[in-house]
Amino acid sequence: MDAILLQVLNGLDKGGAYALIALGLTLVFGTLGVVNFAHGALFMMGAFVAVSVQNLLTISMKVRDTSITFFEAYKETPYLEVWFGDVGTTIIDYSVPISILIAIPIMLLIGLAMERGLIRHFYKRDHADQILVTFGLAIVLQEIIKANFGANPIPQSAPDIVAGSAAVGALIGAEGIVYPWWRLIYLAFSLVVIGGVFAFLQFTTFGMVVRAGMYDRTMVGLLGINIERRFTIVFGLAAVVAGLAGVMYTPILPPDYHMGMDFLVLSFVVVVVGGMGSLGGAVAAGFLLGILQSFFSMNEVKEILPGIDQIIIYLVAVAILLIRPRGLMGKD
Amino acid sequence: MQSIVESSRTRDTFTLLIFIAVVLTAPIWGEFIGAGYPDLLQKFAIFGLFAIGYNILFGLTGYLSFGHAAFLGVGSYATVWSFKLLSMNAIPAVIFAVALSAIFAVVIGYLSLRRSGIYFSILTLAFAQMSYNMAYSVLTPITNGETGLQLKSSDPRVLDAALGVEPQAVPLADLFGITLNGYAGFYFCAAILILGFWLSMKIFRSPFGMKLVAIKSNQTRMEFTGFSPRPYLLTAFVISGVYAGLAGSLMAIVDPLAGAERMQWTASGEVVLMTILGGVGTLFGPILGAATIKYFENIFSAINNQVLESAYSFMPEWLSDIAILLTRPFVGEGWHLMLGVLFMAIIIFLPGGIIEGVRRIGGIFKKSKQIEEDA
Repeated sequence: MDAILLQVLNGLDKGGAYALIALGLTLVFGTLGVVNFAHGALFMMGAFVAVSVQNLLTISMKVRDTSITFFEAYKETPYLEVWFGDVGTTIIDYSVPISILIAIPIMLLIGLAMERGLIRHFYKRDHADQILVTFGLAIVLQEIIKANFGANPIPQSAPDIVAGSAAVGALIGAEGIVYPWWRLIYLAFSLVVIGGVFAFLQFTTFGMVVRAGMYDRTMVGLLGINIERRFTIVFGLAAVVAGLAGVMYTPILPPDYHMGMDFLVLSFVVVVVGGMGSLGGAVAAGFLLGILQSFFSMNEVKEILPGIDQIIIYLVAVAILLIRPRGLMGKD
Repeated sequence: MQSIVESSRTRDTFTLLIFIAVVLTAPIWGEFIGAGYPDLLQKFAIFGLFAIGYNILFGLTGYLSFGHAAFLGVGSYATVWSFKLLSMNAIPAVIFAVALSAIFAVVIGYLSLRRSGIYFSILTLAFAQMSYNMAYSVLTPITNGETGLQLKSSDPRVLDAALGVEPQAVPLADLFGITLNGYAGFYFCAAILILGFWLSMKIFRSPFGMKLVAIKSNQTRMEFTGFSPRPYLLTAFVISGVYAGLAGSLMAIVDPLAGAERMQWTASGEVVLMTILGGVGTLFGPILGAATIKYFENIFSAINNQVLESAYSFMPEWLSDIAILLTRPFVGEGWHLMLGVLFMAIIIFLPGGIIEGVRRIGGIFKKSKQIEEDA
C-alpha cells in the first residue's frame, strides 16, 4: 500500500511536466494547426532561465577568509551576500522562485518572436515543412545553449525551507511515507497552471474567442475579429507554460541542453494518447502516463519484466493507436 | 509512345553509366577537393545509400519518417553479431542485416502507417526513441549498452572455424580474402551504392513508383481509382528501412563496432536534412546532399581558433577578432549549430534543395538567352 502511494506521487510530478508540455503543444496545434517540434526547446530554455538567474545572483568577488589566520586565504563570496548579508543569502536561496517571475516575460517574448518571426510564414505550407523547420529551430536553440552553458547538467537547488521531505503518509495513517517537498510543490504548481489556462480559455472573452477560433477560424475572422493576433498570444502563452514547467523542474532534474528533446518525444506520445487537439485529453494522458511509468519502474515489476519502464509509454501509445486511433478524448 | 519509352530508357542507361563512372573514380577526383581518402569516401557512399533509401519513402510518398536511424542501428548490430558468430566475411553479414532490418521495418511500418501526416512522424520518432532506450537498457546483453558492441578474438565464428580460416589478431571484415578497409572498403560500399541507385531508379520509373507519387499527390483520388495505398506505403517503408539497414551494415563492415548513438533521433534528423538539402523526390538529390554534408562536416568540424586566425590574417587585427567572434560558434564543436541554421535556411528559402537551386539558376540563363534570341 505504501509503495503504491509512493509510486502514484512519483508519477504525478513527472506527469505534471508531461501534462504542461503536452498542454502547450495541443494549444498551438489546436489554434495555429502547427506541430511545434521546438516546444521541447522552450521547456529547456525555461530551465536555463533559472540557471542564468542563479548565475547572475551568485556573481562573486574574492573576500578575505578570516577563519584562516596563518596565511592569506580568499574565498568567493557573491556580491549579494557582501552587500546585503543574510538578506542576500536568502535571495540566492530563492533563486528558483525568483526565476519564475523573470521567466514569464522572457518566455513570452521568445514565444511571440518565434511565432511572428518564423512560424507565421509556415501556416500555408504542408505539415512536413512545419515539422522540419521547427525541428531545425530546436537544433539551433539547443546548440546555442550548449555553446553557452556547456554539455554537462547544471544542478539547481530548491529553497532550503522546502529542501526536505514531507511526511505525507501521516495524513492517511501510514507514518513511513515521506516525499520531497519540492515535488509536491511541482505537482501543485502544475495543477494551478493547468487550472489557470483552462479558466482563461473558459471564462474570459479572449478565451471564448480563441475557442471559437479553434472551432471555426474562418467564421470568427468573418465576424471582424483579428483572430491571428489572438493566436499569436496563445502561442506566447504556450511558450510561457512550457518555460515555467522547465524552471520548476530544475531542482528535480539538473538541466542540460538536450532535456527538451527528451521530454518532447514523450510529450508527443502523451498528446497522441490523449487525442490530438483535445486539451483535457493531453492533461489526463500526461498524468496517466506519468503514473504508469513510475509503476513500471518499481523493482517488483522490473524483476518480472526487465526494462519495461523504459518502453511502457510507447507500448501504451501503440496499443491506443491500434484500438482507438483518435486517442482517449480526441474527436476525430 | 514506344519511342518515348525507349529514348527515356537509353537516357537512364546513360545516367547510370555516368553515375558509375563518377562513383568509381571518386578516389581520383576526391584528391582535387581534398576528399581523397578512404574514410571520407566511405562516408559519402554509406550516407548516400541511406539518403537514397530515405528518399524512396519521403521523396515519393511524402511520409516524413523521423525514425530511420533505428534501422541504421539494427543493421549495424546485426552485422557485428554476424561477425561474432558466423564469419568475418561481409556477405553473410550484409544478408543478416538486410533480413533483420526488413523485419523491423515491417513491424514498425505496419504500426506507424496506420496513421498519416504528423501522427506518422510522431509514431516513427517514438519507435526510434524506444529502440534507442532499449539498446541502452534492456537489450544490453545484445547491444553491450553504452560501451557499444565490439569484436573479440575469442568470438566463436562458426563458419570461419569450420572452413579453417585463421582468426586475425585484430579482426577486420573481408570479402573472400580481401580485407575490407581503406579503398577496398570504399569499393565494397560503392558497389552497393551503385546497386542501390540502380534499384531506386527502377522504382522511380516503375508503375509502383507512380503509385507512390499518387499517394503523395492525392490519396483519396488514388483510392477511387481502385488502389489501396497502404500495401504500397508499407512496401516503400520496408524498402527504405532495408536501405537504412544496409547503410548501417556497411558502417559496421568498414569499422567493426556498433553503438546505440547511431539510433538517436539526431541521426534520423541528419538523413532528413541530407535528403532535403539535395532535393526531395529527385534521383540525384539525396546522394548529393549526403556528400555535401559529410564533406563540409569534415572541413568545418576540424577548424579551430588557430585555423581561423590564419584564415583572417589578411585583415587588420580588430576586424579579424570580430570575424573570429562571429564565425567561431559555427565551426569546430559548433558544427551542429551550423547544420541547424542550414537546415532552417534550406526549408525556408529553397525547399527543393540544391537540385532546385541549380534549376532556378539554369532557368535564369535560359530566359536571358531567349530574350537575346527574341531581340
